[in-house]
Amino acid sequence: MQIRQELRQFVIDNFLFGREGDLKDDASFLENGIIDSTGVLELIAFLEERFGLELAETDLTPENLDSIDKVARLVESRLAAPKEVT
Amino acid sequence: MCGICGVVNLKGAPIDPDLPAQMISQIRHRGPDEVGVYVDSQVGFGHARLSIIDLSGGHQPMPDSQRSLWITFNGEIFNYVELTEELIRKGHQFATHCDTEVILHLYQEEGERCVERLNGQWAFAIWDTTQQKLFLSRDRLGVRPLFYTQTPDNLLFASEIKALLACPEVKREIDLHALDQIFTFWATLAPRTPFKNIWQLPPGHSMVVERGQVRVWPYWHLEYAPDSELGQGSEEKLADELLALMLDATRIRLRADVPVGAYLSGGLDSTFVTALAKKLVGHRLKTFSVSFDDPQFDEGAYQREAAAFLGTEHYDVHCVNDDIARVFPEVIWHAEQPILRTAPAPLFVLSKLVRDNGFKVVLTGEGSDETMGGYDIFKETKIRCFWQREPHSTKRPLLLRRLYPYMDGIQQQPSAYLESFFRIDEQSPGPFFSHLPRWQLTARAKLFFSAAVKSGLGAYNAMDELQGLLPERYNSWEAFLQAQFLETNYLLPGYILSSQGDRMAMAHAVEGRFPFLDYRVVEFASKLPIRMKMKVLQEKYLLKRCAEGLIPRSVQSRPKQPYRAPDALCFLEPAAREYVDELLSSDCIGRYGMFEPGPVAKLFEKVRSGRPISVRDNMALVGIISTQLVIHQFVNQVSWRSWNADQARVETVRH
Repeated sequence: MQIRQELRQFVIDNFLFGREGDLKDDASFLENGIIDSTGVLELIAFLEERFGLELAETDLTPENLDSIDKVARLVESRLAAPKEVT
Repeated sequence: MCGICGVVNLKGAPIDPDLPAQMISQIRHRGPDEVGVYVDSQVGFGHARLSIIDLSGGHQPMPDSQRSLWITFNGEIFNYVELTEELIRKGHQFATHCDTEVILHLYQEEGERCVERLNGQWAFAIWDTTQQKLFLSRDRLGVRPLFYTQTPDNLLFASEIKALLACPEVKREIDLHALDQIFTFWATLAPRTPFKNIWQLPPGHSMVVERGQVRVWPYWHLEYAPDSELGQGSEEKLADELLALMLDATRIRLRADVPVGAYLSGGLDSTFVTALAKKLVGHRLKTFSVSFDDPQFDEGAYQREAAAFLGTEHYDVHCVNDDIARVFPEVIWHAEQPILRTAPAPLFVLSKLVRDNGFKVVLTGEGSDETMGGYDIFKETKIRCFWQREPHSTKRPLLLRRLYPYMDGIQQQPSAYLESFFRIDEQSPGPFFSHLPRWQLTARAKLFFSAAVKSGLGAYNAMDELQGLLPERYNSWEAFLQAQFLETNYLLPGYILSSQGDRMAMAHAVEGRFPFLDYRVVEFASKLPIRMKMKVLQEKYLLKRCAEGLIPRSVQSRPKQPYRAPDALCFLEPAAREYVDELLSSDCIGRYGMFEPGPVAKLFEKVRSGRPISVRDNMALVGIISTQLVIHQFVNQVSWRSWNADQARVETVRH
């Protein structure tokens, strides 16, 4: 829950500048104009810095990044998964 | 090149005889050499002169020999020599060697249709005392500005809005629809301006005020005929024809009784124009450029290479972020409209460099990208059309990577997001297929509009207004040509030639001349097949062929880089601190009423934090600060001088 809350706050501060409106956790960032396409880089930077995620180009899809729900799922699954040992 | 203004009483009553002088005093920067006023009972003209042709004659406002016509004129008629010869053959006698007088004689000869014979850049008014008629006209592409407004009794016109505001009866109020347009297209749609009830005469239009009635009509319009006979010719023949036209367009633009210099940006267009001028003048040209610290924007290496290749005496002004910050309030004073980019500011600094070197006239490469097919938006349109024909192709969208190589914000995007940005609507592409991704991105900056602005706008949509202005023939053109039309008809006069062009040059009494905007060149280009503008994905294909050998190979083959300048980050510089603190304060944002204070504070905080910012954030911050500056200076009448009277620090490097 904390991750989701933190993501939500980031989206509200960073993309909506406090204009929360009735932002739903499953609202599409792209369809609702919440994140413009150049803004996705900010989201990626945040995920990498805040949660230490290492994201490959193949991860960077709307399926993974296009709503608070989706991003929360991505972060949770990555944090839960054991680090690959090579 | 000058500033003009005037007033005519709509009821035939006398005007305030002091008003023309008060109006012209607001735009003396446009014409520091002389000032003239003509007052009849019901009409008055003002004129601020920048003397370029017939320095000792050519005083304005100018009457004809019978003193039945009076003209106040800003601009140049480049074919005045040929017209004079023709008119002399018809029996006209000339008192001066000035292009101004040619307009008067031509008007006597052909009346309102005289403008169809002019090749030039103009805004003028003629008072016909016999018919008690005021005739106004603006050049085909909108190089020179002409604004007007009505009060209950008078119609007033001027080169700049600030001259109209000299009349106490003219209200100072922001037009919310115009604001919405600027936060969508970067420009207002003529006849709108940022101010309510203040209008601009659209490019290619004339206007008559007679017996209290106002009539406005187009005398020229842009027409595309890509299947014309012209396109049947061989590439070589077309390149020869274009070269001959451009040479002539440049030749007549070198007509002046003062020396003519050139802007040299390091790109294809200005280098080509300079090369043509060099062929024609036979002496060493002086060229001018602006360079930046940030390699993302700087074109210094190409500029030096072009200057060395063409053997010009080159002057460069280096512009740092703090310079942009320092001049920005004054830039807005001249631009008279909100802008979403700081790009006009370095051009303001550049025109000062020109003026400091004793030059009044420069040739530039403006207009080539619009007419010859240079901008990436045309490439974008072509790729998206290609993709739309196979919407499920996985290969075609890969071409999107070829777009905007100079923009990191686009280049670093994951592929899926790149595709989403340029996404295609398979069902109905609509009339704005080419520009929708760009406009929708810009319009996101409207997030910061206040509740009052949003409710004032209601269901208004700037794109609907534009759709209503489109000519019927627009729908018959391919998307590529539609994109060209939108750029040439709206962004070019509404932003490029005004905010970046006329207003920045005239701030320091410098006149720009644009061979690519010679109407013969524009009409030639509009009849070219699209493949001559963009072959596969090579932009300005025919022009490049035409320029071969005349410009350095490196400039010829370099990737297209449109002129850009550092944006939002400039406002973190010390020179901006005072006015940014004041204008972005919660109190000031609230009082001026256009934006929501909380979100604006958060936006500025984000920019200040050094976190990555998006294209939208960049545009929003520049747009908000410039809108605040417009309100501060024009509505509240507080001068930019209250913050920072220093002129831009100019470092001139002589090569």
